[in-house]
Amino acid sequence: MKSFLRTAAAAFALFAAAAGPAAAFEPAIVFDMGGRFDKSFNEGANMGAEKFKKDTGTDFKWFEVTNEAQREQFLRRLAQRGTDVIVAVGFSMAPSVEKVAKEFPKVRFTLIDNVVDLPNVQSVVFSEQEGSYLVGMLAAMASKSGTVGFIGGMDIPLIRRFECGYEQGIKAIKADAQILVNMAGNTPTAWADPTRGSELAKSQFDRGADVIFAAAGQTGMGALQAAADAKKLAIGVDSNQNHLFPGTMLTSMVKRVDVAAYEAFRTAKDGTWKGGVQRLGLKDDGVAWADDSYNKSLITPEMRAKVEAAAAEIKAGTRKVANLDDSGACKY
Amino acid sequence: MDGLIWILSLLDSMVRLAAPLFLAALAGFYSERAGVIALDLEGKMLAGAFAAAATAAVTGSAWLGLGAAVIAAMAMSLLHGFASITHRGDQVVSAVAINTIALGLTAVLANAWFGLGGRTPNLEAGARFGEITLPLAETLRPLPLLGPLYAEVISGHNILVYIAAVLAPLSAWIAYRSRFGLRLRAVGENPAAVDTAGISVPALRYQAVLISGFLCGIAGAYLSTAQGAGFQQNMTAGKGYLALAALILGKWRPLPTLAACLLFAFADALQTRLQGVAVPGIGEVPVQLIEALPYVLTVLLLAGFVGRAVPPKAVGTPYVKDR
Repeated sequence: MKSFLRTAAAAFALFAAAAGPAAAFEPAIVFDMGGRFDKSFNEGANMGAEKFKKDTGTDFKWFEVTNEAQREQFLRRLAQRGTDVIVAVGFSMAPSVEKVAKEFPKVRFTLIDNVVDLPNVQSVVFSEQEGSYLVGMLAAMASKSGTVGFIGGMDIPLIRRFECGYEQGIKAIKADAQILVNMAGNTPTAWADPTRGSELAKSQFDRGADVIFAAAGQTGMGALQAAADAKKLAIGVDSNQNHLFPGTMLTSMVKRVDVAAYEAFRTAKDGTWKGGVQRLGLKDDGVAWADDSYNKSLITPEMRAKVEAAAAEIKAGTRKVANLDDSGACKY
Repeated sequence: MDGLIWILSLLDSMVRLAAPLFLAALAGFYSERAGVIALDLEGKMLAGAFAAAATAAVTGSAWLGLGAAVIAAMAMSLLHGFASITHRGDQVVSAVAINTIALGLTAVLANAWFGLGGRTPNLEAGARFGEITLPLAETLRPLPLLGPLYAEVISGHNILVYIAAVLAPLSAWIAYRSRFGLRLRAVGENPAAVDTAGISVPALRYQAVLISGFLCGIAGAYLSTAQGAGFQQNMTAGKGYLALAALILGKWRPLPTLAACLLFAFADALQTRLQGVAVPGIGEVPVQLIEALPYVLTVLLLAGFVGRAVPPKAVGTPYVKDR
């Protein structure tokens, strides 16, 4: 028995020695529910990672979370394997990242869309209110009825932040505009129910809205589809979704999740990776309104001029966009 | 906003939401009335939704999609039948297995065939069931009350909604007025008596689950090619179970089940419209309360108003000749 143990220990030491010095740079990414190709938030992160792979030839590991328990499980497994940097995509990853990052203080984590205050965690958050402000202005200018809609996914402060900026942008153009707000639900399934999204959009159209902004992951896809069916205008979110329904997609509120993922990989590789909070706003090109060939016919020169002027003012700091305050209220 | 238009739009939404629910509940009706537990509605619907969207995406035809959906859901039904009728397995286990298979298989196949992360491509207008304007909808519109009701609520749905509407009285007729219906109900209550009369119990039960698969296929196609425009992972989102609840609330009878489906759909439609709206006299109701509305309603109704719901006697018990 003793000799067996000794052999086992020796074998283990040998194995550990072989695995010890990390030969190649190993980045990894964990996508949240919704999946790697959700045409929205997760897919943005995937594009950044793919770009890194193309630029450097370094492949990355990835996992797709399909239920709550897997977040922690995947993160821990990657940390145990000695991954160099782990990008966790999505606000709901925060508790799992906090737990696993404490257990593995040497592994670097980049958390997108939420904040965890640990030295080995880099938290990347976006100023959604600034981008939403711009698309709100566009919505107000494109609306003929004076009623515009907002469809959120899960009812959380993050989504309320989109709504808050959107509202301010609308009011900046039309102070008396009516804004309809619907949230798809209070559980994570609110991100993945396109039928509900389409039903919410239809109910808003029935109430007079002619432009809607859907910030709801897969659920939003249903809303965008409903807008295309009803020939009303819709605004996409996270990734540039203009190409999905050309002709009815007014624009998209783009969050450069791809940049965040790419930068996490790049800085981790060249050693400049730093923990702490990074807030990416208009100024840092972290958020933007999508302007491409698919929505060219919907954006008049006048609309473009007004939005660009506002964007310049926000960047310069002369135009303030209020964020949700601590109590979660949108005051401006 | 004009009150009448608000109510009409609410009813319109109710009809849209009730159609897939009722098709699935009716599928459950045939299966359970014949004595086979229909917990597999969710899985069959999901398989149907996927088959419809995938076929429609490739061929560009909504009808071929519907055909594929029906075939896929009937295949699932046969599996359920094979396990629980031929081999007398536990019907709950078999049904849950079917739900799990459908959930996993649709996502994997979608990913393998289309590479879009468990979705199918968005369908073009021709590959979906479009809205149909019934004759005279615009001519009758000026009529007070009935005109707008006809034009807004009854007209302007896709063909599958009308199929569902026709199936309600048809199923009631089949169940209570036809020979097949009598046998179907008998085999769910007392299969031994049916057997004594010289009618094959397994054959009847297979027919019933096949009808159930057929209807689930239509319900699935409705979700992905009529109401939606493509398949998404787990897009049934529990509608199969809700349909089963409607079947129980309707005491396993077609027309009361239709009423239960309409009620669920009404609560759901109301829920989306009351969010963030100030109700006269009460003020703005919290979103959470509104969202709980359909479920509260269900519990209240099941607890007190409909009375005891008695399932078919032989449901869930495999038939063994010499018992």
